[in-house]
Amino acid sequence: MKNKLSKWSQNQAFWPIVIFLLIILINSIMTGGDFLKITMVDGHFYGRIIDIFRNGGKLMILAAGMTMVLATGGTDISVGSVMAISGAIACSIIEGNLLPSLNGSVPAAIVLAICAGIICGLWNGFLVSKIQIQPIVATMILLVAGRGIAQLITNGKIITINSDAYYFINGGYILGLPFPLYIVIFLVGTLLLFVHRTAFGLFLESIGCNPKASKFAGIKVSGYLLAIYTISGAFAAVAGLIESAGIKGADCNNAGLNIEMDAILAVAIGGTNLMGGRFNILSSVVGALIVQSITTTVYALGVPAAYIRVLKALLIIVICLSQSDRFKQALAKAFASRKRREAAV
Amino acid sequence: MTRGENKKKKFHINNVSLLITIVLFVAMFIFGSIRYDHFFSISTFLNLFNDNAYLMIAGIGETFVLITGGIDISISSTVAFTGVFMAHCLEKGMPAFVVICLALLIGITVGAVQGSLIHYFKLQPFIVTLAGQFLMRGLCVVISEASIPINDSFFKGMALGRIPISFGEAKPLNGKIYYYVLIVMVVLLVSIFVLKKLAFGRAIYAVGGNEQSAALMGLNVARTKIGVYIISSFCAALAGIVFSFYTLAGYGLQNMGMELDAISSAVIGGTLLTGGVGSVFGTMVGAMIQGIIQTIVTYENLNTWWTKVTIAGLLCLFIVIQRVIAVRADAMKGKATAE
Repeated sequence: MKNKLSKWSQNQAFWPIVIFLLIILINSIMTGGDFLKITMVDGHFYGRIIDIFRNGGKLMILAAGMTMVLATGGTDISVGSVMAISGAIACSIIEGNLLPSLNGSVPAAIVLAICAGIICGLWNGFLVSKIQIQPIVATMILLVAGRGIAQLITNGKIITINSDAYYFINGGYILGLPFPLYIVIFLVGTLLLFVHRTAFGLFLESIGCNPKASKFAGIKVSGYLLAIYTISGAFAAVAGLIESAGIKGADCNNAGLNIEMDAILAVAIGGTNLMGGRFNILSSVVGALIVQSITTTVYALGVPAAYIRVLKALLIIVICLSQSDRFKQALAKAFASRKRREAAV
Repeated sequence: MTRGENKKKKFHINNVSLLITIVLFVAMFIFGSIRYDHFFSISTFLNLFNDNAYLMIAGIGETFVLITGGIDISISSTVAFTGVFMAHCLEKGMPAFVVICLALLIGITVGAVQGSLIHYFKLQPFIVTLAGQFLMRGLCVVISEASIPINDSFFKGMALGRIPISFGEAKPLNGKIYYYVLIVMVVLLVSIFVLKKLAFGRAIYAVGGNEQSAALMGLNVARTKIGVYIISSFCAALAGIVFSFYTLAGYGLQNMGMELDAISSAVIGGTLLTGGVGSVFGTMVGAMIQGIIQTIVTYENLNTWWTKVTIAGLLCLFIVIQRVIAVRADAMKGKATAE
């Protein structure tokens, strides 16, 4: 029994993958197989599953960045606003409102939007690591001000753009698969190599477990914190580009709204402890797929969108409770006393 | 020797921050009065209370949580949810008194659940209250997606009833406050009394200073910690009631990001985010500063988003000031022990 348990805990991505497959199975049964159907039109794959992967792209990217932030015991709730900023900058440049000398060049717009994300991330990291503000407050500043900044960039308007090159970021296909999937594979792959082939990941876990001890052990805690918030900001900017390419414009009020909760939920489902410490980026990415498939399922069932948020909020509390040692102890005690009572009877 | 000195130093931190805040407020008021015609008046000053009453109440509640070193980011959703809930119940024809009591009861329940999860299961406050925030925003939309108008006579009476305040014949010397501003005053006075005079209030500071020491001193940490979350959510529910007096409607997307306003009111007013230091009077002044920024932005005819950006900037500034003072205080303490 103990052996089995340790085996499970070694495979953190095991359960998320099982859950994901279960959700797909349930969906397939309910729709009578329609869910699994993948059709080929003009050399592109279409189908519900492909949709989950395409629409879940943003969330998978965000979840990868968020995992590391949560692993250090911090949080980044500004990702939605950073998405809005990056979308606003890219669309404004392509439309020619911002920096008209660039002539609406798409590559320049993408690079500058990602730079903006990096600056946002650096700002968060600076507040958290140098000024030592609680991460929730530090990133909340950008959560609220960020949408304001995005509004100021677009002058409070919803920008619509007309650029096939930019649409490609969300709607494009390579070898029949949607382009966002390649972005995810590239970003997550690079991150995994970086985290697992260097000592970076180990240091992050150590910071998450005990920042003071890590500092005394000679780890440059503030430097690492700065780095992970910057990565999170850059990833959020990429997610923002995908989102704005998807709606073919920039909507500062709604771009990435409430997505931070989804990202945290994805990480939690992936089994990463939200208190910091052990983390697994790959299982967070699977977690993001689960969140996306739950959303797709709920829409498919015709349940009003409002209930999804309630459901997700409850889900995150349940997962947190299941991670809490105190809760496990209380549960164990309750079971033990019941057994004793049964034995007495 | 150190005890008295420590006390003085803490007071000192609080005082400097609060002093800067008050000076800033006066400076902004003078700036506005010089720059714009018709700005300088009693009515401009009193409107800060009329327009920000809900924020002051919510901010005072948040201050309790911040003093213990925790955080509650669910308050804006609680405000929105109580608003929608009351509008919905009133539409169904329930009497105003019952609806208000139910709303306050919701606040207490939300706070008790969040506080218990945080204390008993050692969950992080931000995760629990973030989940709470989403839960209640979701519930708002479950009740109604559209804005529900309130037509109840009691609510209308509270929305329109006002007390004229006059210091002379001239126009700038006249103003008025709405009845609901009195609720703010009551909340403020009760909070000051609780924090300064009651054992419960002193325990809040003790838990914020060092939770373990407080527990070892025999203070009831569970009661204190759960208590502050109840107070925070109760105040948020009260703020929701005042907000529906103010707008006469309940709308699920109302007050997005208000938790930042409440937290920055507290921080600008001298509450330390690390816990242990803070005053509700300071929070009130902090809320008034935000009010005056809003007023100036309106007078300047700028995009309203400037308000949010300015407040966020101001919050950063004050946190940095706090850090500088705290670092210097630590250095002084180090020197004192070395001597």
